[in-house]
Parts: sequence; structure tokens; C-alpha cells
Amino acid sequence: MLVIDIQQLSKRYSMGDQTVNALEEVSLKINKNEYVAIMGPSGSGKSTLMNVIGCLDTPTSGLYNFNNVNVSQMNDNQLAEIRNRQIGFVFQTFNLLARSNALHNVELPLIYAGKNKSERIELAKNALRQVNLENRMLHKPNELSGGQRQRVAIARALVTNPSIILADEPTGNLDTKTGEEIMMLFEELHKKGNTIILVTHEEYIAEHANRIIRLRDGKIEQDEKVEKRILYNN
Amino acid sequence: MQAKFINFLFEIREGLAISFGAIRANKMRSTLTTLGVIIGIVSVTLMGTAIEGISRAFNENISRIGTDVLYIQKHAWFDNDAWWKMRNRKDIAMKEFYAIERNSTYATLICPTVFTAKNVKFQNNTAQNIIVIGSNEFYPEISGTEIQYGRDFTSDEVLGGRPVTIIGFEVADKIFHNQNPLGQLMSIGGFTFRVVGVFKEQGKFLGLASLDNRLLVPIQSFFPRWGSKRGINISVKMKSMENLEETKEELRGILRKSRNVPPTKEDDFAINQQDLFIKAFSSVGFVVGGIGLFITALSLFVGAIGIMNIMFVSVKERTREIGIRKSIGAKRRTILFQFLIESATLSLLGGLIGIAISFPLSLLINQFLPTSMPISIVIVAIILSIIVGIISGIIPALRASRLDPVEALRYE
Repeated sequence: MLVIDIQQLSKRYSMGDQTVNALEEVSLKINKNEYVAIMGPSGSGKSTLMNVIGCLDTPTSGLYNFNNVNVSQMNDNQLAEIRNRQIGFVFQTFNLLARSNALHNVELPLIYAGKNKSERIELAKNALRQVNLENRMLHKPNELSGGQRQRVAIARALVTNPSIILADEPTGNLDTKTGEEIMMLFEELHKKGNTIILVTHEEYIAEHANRIIRLRDGKIEQDEKVEKRILYNN
Repeated sequence: MQAKFINFLFEIREGLAISFGAIRANKMRSTLTTLGVIIGIVSVTLMGTAIEGISRAFNENISRIGTDVLYIQKHAWFDNDAWWKMRNRKDIAMKEFYAIERNSTYATLICPTVFTAKNVKFQNNTAQNIIVIGSNEFYPEISGTEIQYGRDFTSDEVLGGRPVTIIGFEVADKIFHNQNPLGQLMSIGGFTFRVVGVFKEQGKFLGLASLDNRLLVPIQSFFPRWGSKRGINISVKMKSMENLEETKEELRGILRKSRNVPPTKEDDFAINQQDLFIKAFSSVGFVVGGIGLFITALSLFVGAIGIMNIMFVSVKERTREIGIRKSIGAKRRTILFQFLIESATLSLLGGLIGIAISFPLSLLINQFLPTSMPISIVIVAIILSIIVGIISGIIPALRASRLDPVEALRYE
């Protein structure tokens, strides 16, 4: 089942009197339960592509169908709703609310979705259980380790049961060992049927995915299915 | 529709939780920011309390005189510019009182009054500077002063100038202490009078001059003792308010004739009416209200600017937070309300501090005016501070709600 269908999508910025082509005529299809890594050096347009896929930004031209709905012309509020219900973000810098505990951070998307309190708590606890943080849920971000923070962020991404999980350099701020643990977690989520899109510039992180899309100068340079080179036997 | 409404309630609750968190995290800054609002709310509540006090004083003191009483005096009450002219007028004399008594058809009760101040004494107790009023048996009714113990004068006592007196509550308290004053003989300025009645306690006029520090004697017993040349005032109670103009005209005619005022000359007396007092009085209220309103508006304006400023800072500081919220599905409206709620909460905090400060100050006003801070003014203050908060939060909140999520997430 097709989740993401991007056709000839371009994104241009104007910087002073210069126009920067961040994305040029990019076409891309991603199916349900794929595990895709988007790679490329800085300036290749991978952040822009991630922002467009994540409905944080709108394309200048081209078509973007998300779950067979054209989102390329949607307004701010409609995009917010798509982000809320269909997309789970995991960021390099975790992006948790510092003053709220883990449970509240995970609950937040459900507040914006208008779920009632008891349902929210149940879903949030459930998501925290999936990332093995059930016993830390009343701790604030500054009382958690980097890996734990990222797991809270993953729980927040999971809690609305979104169509895709969009992870932008999720291990960038973590040491290798913790990074591996987080990648194992993504592996597990993939096995459970989630669609995962990973943005990274690290080859060994991308190797967890089973499809790698390489960007250069705003264009797709290579899009290949790969044999999983890293497998966990747990 | 209902789901949307419930959603909205969740967002408001979330917004409140966020604002409390933000204010708690910046206690000092928040309190200082609300200083303008605090001053504004103190001023509006104190003004409200003072106006309430003035009108209550008015109701307790002045209105019982009755609007249907006219006062014939040498001076007009509120005509300051001609005061020096009125000084040289002939005093109002008993002759005029008799003329009105004889000829007026619109008057129901008429009483002449004359004043002096004397020391009074009973046994070894003395009281200084008690106001001695000479009048007739209608004085208590016209002046709205009830007799609590004993009785009024009879007309025989008035006409015969009997040495009897009705004393004020404070006089009774000062010189009779716990004894029953009725039937006792007391000295007024060296002359002996028998107490026949005690007035009911009146309290203070506008909280200043005691109305209980006086006593009443028949006017015919006043003149021989303290001088018959004194000018008097005449109070006239009308049959009905509908005949106000006719009554005034009739009195003018009687007085001009009695005082031999030639047709070409102006009146050399004044017919005063309570509503003149009401007018002057309400203008006092207007002045207090005007000054209070000016201070309130000014400080609330300053307060609003302060809150707006701190909200801009708050939005700037929390750009990243806004980005996070937007990325997980907060709509423009959600962010807008979040910051509006925050500025309203901040301003409300100022309002509550203001009320907390002005409450003890209102007790101070209570020393002068019979008042306490009315609950309505507290409600007004609360609503006002919330409105100030919302108005000053609009622009920062709009700016926050329109942030581009990509930019906001990148903000360091």
C-alpha cells in the first residue's frame, strides 16, 4: 500500500536575489512498512525533503500525495492535523518539552488530537512501555539520559499510531552504544509493521534500513533496495 | 462540533498548565511585569470603594432629610461667587416664619432654626461645644431625626419657651453615662433645662462631623437666653413634590413682602433645596471617579505595554517549544490561545495582587467613609485585568502562532 507518492516535486528558496533549488523534480514512492534511509551530504536537500515529507513545509511545485490525499496545497491547519495524526517525528536533539515529565511529553500529541484524559494516559503509558520507559515516566527530560530522552521522543512519535515515523539523525547526539540501542528499537518497530523513514548522513546508521535513497544537489542520485547488512538476533 | 468544543477545552486546560509553569519558572520577572496592572487595579478598586463610600454616606446622611424640604436662608448653598454680597443681607427673622405660617398654602410643616454652641453640664460631668439648636416641635420630623427615648416638645412648651430639651446621643453618653437622662435637670450654657427626650444615634455626617453632639431646645426658650437678634433659618416641608415650583413662588412672594423687597430688586434671601446638595455631592463623586479613572487607565496602559513586552520575550525564548508543539500537531489557534491564556494569567496575577494590596487600604478608607470594598468592584477588577492581559497578548500570540515550524525548530 502506497503511503507516500511524490511526483516531480521542487522546492525553491530565495536568498536575497538568488534562488536556491533545494529540491529539483524529485519523484519518490514509499510503501507501508518500508524502512527507508535518506542519505546525502549537507546541502544535498535531505532536510528539505524531510520537512516536506513531514508536512512541516510545502513544496513550490509538484505533487505530494500522502495516503492518497493531496497535501501539497493544504493550509497550515490542515497540515497540522496531518502531522498530528499521521506523522511521528523523532529529532536529533530530542525536542522534548523541558518542563514536562515523560508522560506529559508523550501525551501531548493526544491533547492536540482531542482525546480525553483517561484514554490519553492509557495510550501514553502503552507507548512508554513499548520503549521500555514505563518506570521513568514521571521524570523530566533533564533527569533522563540521552538514550532515555530519545526513547521518550520515540514514544511520543508512536503514541498516535501514525502512518510514518520520520527520524532525523536520531542517533546524532548519542554515543555509539546508545545509538545502537535506539536503532534496535527502530528495528523492532519496523517488525511490528511501522513505516520508518530515517534521515542520516552516517553510512552505518543507514545500513539498518532496507532501502537507501541518496540525494545530491536536490536530486535523487540513487535509490536502491539493500539486503539488510545489520541484523539483530534477539 | 461537540468534539471540537471538547478539544478546545483540552487546549485551554493545557494552556493554563503551560502558563502556570512559565510564570512559576520566572517568578520575579512575572511579578515585576505586572506592576502596572497592580497599580491600575489598586487604583480602580480604591476608587470604586471610595465612590461606594460616598454614595453610601449620602444615603445614610443626606437622603433622610427628604427631598421635599426647602430651606430658607440668607445664603444660597452653592453660589460661591456671590457669597460676599449675601453677607450684607438682612438676617432671616421670626417675622418671616410667622408670615409663612400664616399665609402659605403649600407648606405642611414649618420650623425655624437657630444655632449656637455651648458647654453643658450634669452634676460633675461637662461636655464642651455642644451645638444648641433652637426650633419647634416639627424639627425632629423635618430633619429626619428620630427620638429614641422620651418625647418631642409640645406646642405649648415651644410657644411658652419652657426650659426643656431633647439631647443628642453623644451628649447623653458624655454627661449622663449610665444614668437615665429623662426628667433630669442639666445646665446648658449656665441655664437649667429639663431633659424630655434623647435622639436616636445618627453617626457621623460623611464620616466627619458627629450628628449626635447636639441638643434641641424650644426656640422661644433660646432667644431670651442667647439673644433674639440672631438670624434664623426656616425649613419648609412641602405638601407634595409636584408643587415644587408653585411652593417656591409662593414662598418667594411671602418673603419679599415680609422683607419689603422692592419689585426692581433681586431676592435678598435664598430658597435652598436638597437637590442642590445632591448635585454638588455627585460632582464630588465625578471628580473622584475622574481622577481614579485617569490613574487607572494610565497604569493599565503601562501595565499592558509591560505585559506585551514580556510576552514578546516569552515567545522569542520559546520559539523552539513552539516549533516542537507545531511539529506534533498544534494548530495556529492552539498556539494563539496558549499565549493569550498566558498573558491573561499574568495580568490576572497582577490583578489579584492589586486586590490583595487595596483590600487593607480600603479598610483605611473605611475610617472616613462608611464603606467596605464592594464585591462588584472586585469582579470588575478581575475582569478588567483579564481583558488587559488578552489585549496586550494579542500581538505576541499572533506572532507565535504564525511561526514557521521549520524555522522554529531550527532556532537555538
